[in-house]
Amino acid sequence: MKKTTYLLMAVISALFVLSWILKAGSLSGETDNYVIQGFLITFSAFLTLSVLSFLYADNPLYKFAEHLFVGVSAAFWMCMGFWTTIVQNLIPRLSDGLSSFFEVPPQPGDYNFFFFIPVILGILLLMRLSPKGGWISRWPLAFIIGTTAGLNFVRYLRSDFIKQISNTFVPLLGTEWQGIGHFFSNLDLSASGQLVTMAANWVIFLGVFCGLIYFYFSKEHKGAFGAASKVGIWVLMLTFGASFGYTVMGRISLLVGRITFLFRDWLEIIS
Amino acid sequence: MVYKLTLTLLTFLLIAPVVSAQETVAASVEATVGDPPMIDSSLIPAPPSDIKAVDTDNDHGHSITVTWELSADDGSGMNNVLSYEVFRWVPFLMDELDTLRVELARVAAEIDSVGRLTGELKDERAVIWAAIDDMADQMPEAHRMYPEGGEWRLLGKVASGVATYDDTGGKDRKVSDFIPDFSDLYFRVEAVTSDSAIRAASGVAGPVQSYGQWFNTGRTPVFIAFMFFGIMTVFFVIKARRGAELYVRPLAGIEAVDDAIGRATEMGRPILYVLGLGTAADVATIASFTILGRVAKRVAEYQTELIVPTYDPIVMSVAQEVVKSSFSDAGRPEDYNEDIVYFVTQLQFAYVAAVNGTMLRELPATNVYMGKFFAESLLLAETGALAGSIQIAGTDEIAQIPFFIVACDFTLIGEELYAASAYLGREPVLLGSLKAQDYAKAAMILLAIVGVVAAQFEWNWFIELFHVVD
Repeated sequence: MKKTTYLLMAVISALFVLSWILKAGSLSGETDNYVIQGFLITFSAFLTLSVLSFLYADNPLYKFAEHLFVGVSAAFWMCMGFWTTIVQNLIPRLSDGLSSFFEVPPQPGDYNFFFFIPVILGILLLMRLSPKGGWISRWPLAFIIGTTAGLNFVRYLRSDFIKQISNTFVPLLGTEWQGIGHFFSNLDLSASGQLVTMAANWVIFLGVFCGLIYFYFSKEHKGAFGAASKVGIWVLMLTFGASFGYTVMGRISLLVGRITFLFRDWLEIIS
Repeated sequence: MVYKLTLTLLTFLLIAPVVSAQETVAASVEATVGDPPMIDSSLIPAPPSDIKAVDTDNDHGHSITVTWELSADDGSGMNNVLSYEVFRWVPFLMDELDTLRVELARVAAEIDSVGRLTGELKDERAVIWAAIDDMADQMPEAHRMYPEGGEWRLLGKVASGVATYDDTGGKDRKVSDFIPDFSDLYFRVEAVTSDSAIRAASGVAGPVQSYGQWFNTGRTPVFIAFMFFGIMTVFFVIKARRGAELYVRPLAGIEAVDDAIGRATEMGRPILYVLGLGTAADVATIASFTILGRVAKRVAEYQTELIVPTYDPIVMSVAQEVVKSSFSDAGRPEDYNEDIVYFVTQLQFAYVAAVNGTMLRELPATNVYMGKFFAESLLLAETGALAGSIQIAGTDEIAQIPFFIVACDFTLIGEELYAASAYLGREPVLLGSLKAQDYAKAAMILLAIVGVVAAQFEWNWFIELFHVVD
């Protein structure tokens, strides 16, 4: 590393310690473990700034935050997976002896032969660690993918196919159509009026119609088919635009939350 | 109307708490608390009539639907019926079952407090379970003893104007609302006025038995769609296997994949392939495996570097198999190493931090994002754009597609991702499935056209054909 890097690290370390001391001091009248609390808040702010430093360029501080985050999360989820899934959920349903060993209450009413199936599949999955028996691990993979895809198939048929069709069944002229003369003589521009209802129904119908044509892959998009497809992609883009704006607003609120932490909890500039 | 609502409110506030589930009910009229009040018989409403109890359709059993004709004084006549109370005849054996449940809970609490199963507790628990099993065997017989050895118990109440009640219970005999299947059950309904002492009882409906159905008729449309789609898929798969040329229109995003791999080779930089946050069973991830296979094959042919960081251990295992097979297919199995596909972490933003770091350190020439993505989509795509990589994305997560569109060079929108896997793979199974999907879409368009006509002319029978019970 360059000399300037060492210098920079020393300055950051000094600032960190200074912040810790000041924070602990400001918390001393509020809590008993103010030293630890001061450290945690300072460390949180340090990690936040380290991650934000990525906006400038990749740097050792970002690398540190990244590796810490990845390492802690990987270890955390592994422990969670073992203790909550295997120890708390599986073992009590398999054996009294193992339950006693792990000191978890057994659940004899839930004893079921079928709980041995995931155990066997899990062991088969680990066979990929064996140089010669690695092919066996393909069986549980096939089972997992096949069964879940099959279950999802029925769910998607219901939610994405049948319900999509039935939701498109809208009266294009509204439910109170009494002829064109009546429509114009009683023209209502309110949100619940017949004109707006009709327009909304046409948008739903044409949006679905043209959207489906855009996603029709067996025919080249030319002529009238191509025109309908273009309308379809416009409908999609308009939808995406609305979705984009909506989600960005949510992200801004996350940023506000983080800035609030820095300025209120750490620096105490705002109340 | 206001008067009636006020009366209803008063009844529920003052009288309802007094009525408990353990209450025994006399045949026609009786008081619930205190001394029997003087009742003006002219205020007794007409009883509910034509009570029927049938097994609830399309369920797993343990449920009975009770229906009746409204009292003549509900909405007309004296118009003094405020609610209906539904009763089931319950043998005292069920009380013993309740006692055993309490005992079982006590033993479980003791095991919890001890932290392990001692021999004594194990024996005690076994005895209770044996008793519960024994009791379950006796239930049909106990119910057959009606009207001896049991009593009428309140199940619940419905407001006036309502003439149906579902007595739905659990199927596990450990739960307190357990209703035994294949046991004779008896029901009756009482019309209740603002004065809960003034009520009129229906006749008894029963015996009726609950049982589960094998086929949920409320989901017949799903079954028909399943059959239609299945038959179409099999038909087109067979057709493709026989060598028929099945046309799939070119997709810009996929056409760009080969160019992007060539670019990476020329620049001597790696290709980063991100499978997203989906599990191995998600359709988008499955489609992504096929595209990964194609990319890995080209990478092996051009001897370019490939990096595949994964979020899910199972996805990692499958991806390793896919890449390994592709290297073998390309005739370069010796170039494959296990580190091409690696596991990062199962925490969303930690995964993003790691992949972003990889992008800036390895500077891949091409980033491919195919699969299921969530809030990380823009973070990944934006960093990739900053690093100057060519980016190709595809996902079926509608909320994330806009982010890929703005930050990537090519984006496969929704179903294009599935089509891409068929287009690249050219396998009969995938092509057949894609063709079946196209025909399903054509059917959808036709049905939508007929549907709007049906909605306009109020052909409700047609609209009802597509009603699916959840």
